[in-house]
Amino acid sequence: MFGQLAMSGLATGSLYALTAVAVVVVFRNTRVINLAQGDFAMIAAFLGIVFLKDFQLNYFLMLPLVIVCSMLLGVLVERLVMRPIADTDWLTLFTATLGVYYILHGVAGWAWGRDTKAFPVTFDAKPVSILGTLVSEGHLVNMAWALGIGLILFLFFKYTKQGIAMRAVTDDPETAKLMGIPVRFIVMLTWAMAGFLAAFAGLLLAPILYVSPGMMDEVLIKGYVAAVFGGLYSIPGAILGALMIGVAENLAGGYLGAHFKTATAFAMIVLLLTFRPKGLFGIQARREI
Amino acid sequence: MALLEVENLEASYGAVRAVRGVSLSVAEGSIVALLGANGAGKSTTLKAICGSVRPNAGRIMLDGKSIGGLSPNQIVKRGVALVPEGRKIFKDLTVRENLAMGAYSRADKASIEDDYRVVFDLFPRLEERQRQLGGSLSGGEQQMLAIGRGLMARPRLLLLDEPSLGLAPIIISNIFEALRHINRERGTALLIVEQNAHVALRNAGFAYVLQVGRIVVEGPSEELRADKEIVESYMGARH
Repeated sequence: MFGQLAMSGLATGSLYALTAVAVVVVFRNTRVINLAQGDFAMIAAFLGIVFLKDFQLNYFLMLPLVIVCSMLLGVLVERLVMRPIADTDWLTLFTATLGVYYILHGVAGWAWGRDTKAFPVTFDAKPVSILGTLVSEGHLVNMAWALGIGLILFLFFKYTKQGIAMRAVTDDPETAKLMGIPVRFIVMLTWAMAGFLAAFAGLLLAPILYVSPGMMDEVLIKGYVAAVFGGLYSIPGAILGALMIGVAENLAGGYLGAHFKTATAFAMIVLLLTFRPKGLFGIQARREI
Repeated sequence: MALLEVENLEASYGAVRAVRGVSLSVAEGSIVALLGANGAGKSTTLKAICGSVRPNAGRIMLDGKSIGGLSPNQIVKRGVALVPEGRKIFKDLTVRENLAMGAYSRADKASIEDDYRVVFDLFPRLEERQRQLGGSLSGGEQQMLAIGRGLMARPRLLLLDEPSLGLAPIIISNIFEALRHINRERGTALLIVEQNAHVALRNAGFAYVLQVGRIVVEGPSEELRADKEIVESYMGARH
């Protein structure tokens, strides 16, 4: 029982990580806590339904289309909403993303309705035995996707010019600008990456959560909590936080009862902020922001 | 025509009118020092040249074409790179990644590889430490890295803001030796802002002295060195 709960918790946690990492990537390059991150994923899930059902595309044709649309949505939000107010204080930026959150909720409800819809691709619950623990095949598939995306991000940040430039902007935006790095373009790229991650979060969570305008609300909060575990700066910290939340809530749900599940994430953040306010590893903003 | 020509430049740093009509020129392949006490307007002058501070008045010409009001990234592309005050190394990037960021605006992959070689030949320490994080280097090594990063833009004019600040004398002379080497071998012109008049005048061919935003003395370094007292009177009693 424990192994099973932990494994499926890891699988769900790896999907939370997609949101957590996006929150971190946007925050550390723009000072923005992006409340609309979950809604990027929600829109991606609806688009998935549109491409699969209305256009009758197969999954692997739908996937790149949704990724592109989702990245465009990120870029659009940056250009139309965030860039004009980029020099204002964090509270203004934060509130603007709350506005985007409501707009995207509204647009989705208007375009596709407020009812919960099933996703055309279903979660494969067929159990597979791994090291004596039973795991649903769907969970394994999700973990594989999350791992693959993690690898792509790692390679991007470590070996590509734009990825290194994104880290340079995180490190010191003023100096990055002086070195000839076009910081605005890098910020746009950051939002595109948020869209990229949201596409996968939405499409992989859709079979589990079903699709509705509010489908990502709880995941967003868990993703944010996970991001705080990494001090809002560390990607590995955010991933670890997401996995811990996934496992902890699943164990709480399994042993204490389903209604403890969501409360667990919140209990974790209260504990974390009480005892380690700078994040799990004390990796915190080293400069004033 | 000089490589860089600054005419009647006025610029503010925050609310302070830090530069109040500065004219100077840097010839192709020369080494020019810009001296002055703290707050004389040296750094703001450099910031205006590299595009991070917008001039209020005056002209900044590179090869006779105005670069005033261009963005830093356009100015780097035109061949002006900066070694900022306090080095400003990217702490969480490796030495090699820091150098790569110096070359961000370039697309000529093959010659970027050659320039890593140039920088590593100039500062062998950087080659030994190329996989280490920038933040783990000593002050002298960080200055070497900041210069190397500037060179990776393959500039025709390298601006240096207080390269000697906070370094031991032996390191300072190593660094200036490297700078003269770059100037000699690659023909890179250098505009060096310094508080350390002694070091700057020994290395530069021509020097300007700034006081409260204006140039008060200018001339070949030799002459200013002979007239040391005059220079030092403008620099404050530092040396």
